[in-house]
Amino acid sequence: MRKGAAPQTATRWGLRVLVVGYLFLLVIWPVLLVARATFAHGLAPVINALRQPEVIFAFQLTLSAAFWAVVINTIFGVGISLLLVRYTFPGRRALNALVDLPLAVSPIVVGLSLVLVYSGRTGWLGGSLEQAGLQVIYAPPGIILATAFVSLPLVIREVIPVLQEIGTEQEQAARSLGASALQTFARITLPAIRWGLLYGVVLSLARSLGEFGAVKIVSGGVAMRTQTATLLVEERYQQFGIENSIIAYAAAFILALIAVIALVIVTAFRPDKGTPR
Amino acid sequence: MTQRAAIVEPPPLDSATAGAATNAGGRRLSRGRSATSLTAASGLGLGVALLWFSLLVLIPLTAVLVQASEGGWSAYWDSLRSPQTFAALRLTVGQAILVTVINIFMGTTIAWVLVRDHFPGKRVLEVIIDIPLALPTIVGGLVLLSLYGPSSPLGVNWANTPIAVFLAFLFVTLPFIVRTVQPVLLELEPEVEEAAASLGATQFTIFRRVILPSLAPAIASGAALSFCRAISEYGSLVLLSGNLPYSTEVASVRILSYIEGDKLTEAAAVASILLIVALIVIVILDVISRRVARYA
Amino acid sequence: MSIRKLLRVRSVAALSAVAATVLLLTACVGGAATAPDAAGTTTLHLVGFAVPKEANNAIQKKFAQTPEGKDVVWEESYGASGDQSRAVVNGLPADYVNFSLEGDVTRLVKAGLVDETWNSGPTKGIVSDSAVVIVVQKGNPLGIKDWSDLVKPGVKIVTPNPASSGSARWNILAAYQQVIANGGTEAEAREYLTKFFNHVAALPGSGRDATNAFLEGSANVLISYENEAILARQSGEDFDYILPDATIKIENPGAVLKNANPKANTYLDFVLSKAGQEEFVKKGFRPVIADTPVGEVAGANDPAKPFPVPPKLFTINDLGGWDEVNAKFFDEATGLVPQIQQQTGRSQ
Repeated sequence: MRKGAAPQTATRWGLRVLVVGYLFLLVIWPVLLVARATFAHGLAPVINALRQPEVIFAFQLTLSAAFWAVVINTIFGVGISLLLVRYTFPGRRALNALVDLPLAVSPIVVGLSLVLVYSGRTGWLGGSLEQAGLQVIYAPPGIILATAFVSLPLVIREVIPVLQEIGTEQEQAARSLGASALQTFARITLPAIRWGLLYGVVLSLARSLGEFGAVKIVSGGVAMRTQTATLLVEERYQQFGIENSIIAYAAAFILALIAVIALVIVTAFRPDKGTPR
Repeated sequence: MTQRAAIVEPPPLDSATAGAATNAGGRRLSRGRSATSLTAASGLGLGVALLWFSLLVLIPLTAVLVQASEGGWSAYWDSLRSPQTFAALRLTVGQAILVTVINIFMGTTIAWVLVRDHFPGKRVLEVIIDIPLALPTIVGGLVLLSLYGPSSPLGVNWANTPIAVFLAFLFVTLPFIVRTVQPVLLELEPEVEEAAASLGATQFTIFRRVILPSLAPAIASGAALSFCRAISEYGSLVLLSGNLPYSTEVASVRILSYIEGDKLTEAAAVASILLIVALIVIVILDVISRRVARYA
Repeated sequence: MSIRKLLRVRSVAALSAVAATVLLLTACVGGAATAPDAAGTTTLHLVGFAVPKEANNAIQKKFAQTPEGKDVVWEESYGASGDQSRAVVNGLPADYVNFSLEGDVTRLVKAGLVDETWNSGPTKGIVSDSAVVIVVQKGNPLGIKDWSDLVKPGVKIVTPNPASSGSARWNILAAYQQVIANGGTEAEAREYLTKFFNHVAALPGSGRDATNAFLEGSANVLISYENEAILARQSGEDFDYILPDATIKIENPGAVLKNANPKANTYLDFVLSKAGQEEFVKKGFRPVIADTPVGEVAGANDPAKPFPVPPKLFTINDLGGWDEVNAKFFDEATGLVPQIQQQTGRSQ
């Protein structure tokens, strides 16, 4: 079902070539080259590289931090979405705009801001936290914070439109029939938003796994303690020897693979964008 | 497409009919009041949510502004005007503007082809466009290095030149305008275009006078986000740009140098510029979305 | 549509399974857990810069064969010197630190973690030495013999950025001071440094970055440290390096923290003994103890005589010490190097 006037053939082909050519030179070819460079020495060295303890630790740390960041952002994200859509309160519009802030802020600024507040020695809150036994900066909690910061809006931005679309009729009906707030949420709202929520979680996960700049500042990148997968890629790329180069490319390849899989999931299971609804 | 549009454009929330422009199919929100005032429980929830948001985002970003002002106005301006920092800021903003202009053209074109054209493999392009968004930036740097660095099959070597900065920005900002324009293109009613065509307007005139005005807010939002994303970029430049002062050093690298030199106030000063631009972009997005809602 | 729905249900189930697996995998990760010392063993924490990792590991093995060292268990962390130093200031546990630059230890002194007298011993706190060298392509196609050849046409230099890499400052100071060591004036030294920066093709963030940029062909001359050049050649990289007649002695400090386990002091003494220094030598460092046995060092220009003493070897003290050097050369507002970079940057 095509909407709008059909473009003339010459223009159509011209535009197609332009678009595909642009994407090829900017994205497709470079990504293929990296895939080829990763396996330039065969599959075995790559598998071997991925088995190194530092690599395994880095990925475990990355997955763990991403997991907690996504959990935190999902719980609070759904909460904030409900509040923004279903209720009015002073400052609602400001909050709605501010929620987008992490998308616009540089990761370096994110890292700096977290260090200023949570650093054990000079941070606003960090000093007292450290005395209570919780080290944030240069430790995994800092990584989780930085990751949660940068992926904060993603769940919210997927859930809000769904909440707006479904409206409140079903929820109101449930309440009038005597369901508690929790029951209403669990049995009416949550199933209704589940696809938007899923997309948000997948995007959030992809974003969290890939964070680099902010984590670099707050974690110190100490191998086997606070070095994430992205930091590992940077470190190994800059070291001598084929072995290190293979480790860098192998880790980069895995990260890219996860990103692409996340995208495919999100794209493939959305309703076809080309057709009118 | 609703969901994707929502990532890049905050939906307006002020009335029951708001959001029609960002909802697919022109579907309106439910009739009757969709927003009520706070109850005790939801008030508590709001408090908790605000606490989390403050601890995670608001307080740290405020700390940046506070730290930047530590030495007073004169110290603040001095850090920004230091020649190396000024050069970094000028390079960053200059390249970001250039890239945004290109994205306005290419982004709209890509969105057009995705919506109005149909050919096998189009779906694959959808995934490809989003790759820069999902890919870790350090991997993005590696990716660009492979085609435009020393071992390039094209025979060019743009690593350590300002072109590297340009390419990195172009890469990471690719999806933004495409993703804001696409849903709007999908929603355009064909009748107006058909009427114009039947009155004898050429393709180009139709595009210029019927379609483009509808796309303008979407393009503007995407451009604002694209600009913001470009000036914030760091990861892909680590391996690609060489960080040469006065030549390829961008603002975020400058901030990192200051941090590593234990000069947090100077770091915060440069960071505050990026932060202020981010805030301005957020406000622009909010204003645009409200105008779209009002005239939808 | 029902097939689609079925696919969706299945995919949700699959995704949930994946999520559960991820949960299980990640459940056991926290930070690095420090197990309490088993009876009789001591755990020492070593925080160092990346390059001497293998040297330190070899020394630790030897240390374990001594009566004092035999029950010592090591927890180590290696990385960029500045990053590691900052990490210690921010809470990374450390008993013994081995950094690339004295300033990285001074940072710990300022933070109250290391005693002020750390560098009052016979070696002034230094545990290994090296020298700035000029690395060229295999066969030296450009015929580089000395610093003056670097400012000839066609030469493209890469050296790490002195602003972002503290360790890079050695290179710049060597390039500057060699003019004076050869009898020139400060003005001539400044003129040389300006020409030098005109030939700089890249200023990457670290020594390793710079070496990579050189190996990839972004430049045809690399300014580096002797030990890095030797280590790279030991790892199979193929290039030549030249020890100029006038160059600077690089000094890497090692220090024990105030609240460290007393065994750490024993380790430092061992590092400064002949047995310890021998391991540094094997990895391309110059020893700080005079009569350390120096055997064959693979990777050196002449493995049998790996560490020739250049006729004009100057130290940081000849330049006035780090505080004065940092102010004169690298201060962002008044330093010589930022001024030159601005000049040459504008003309690029």
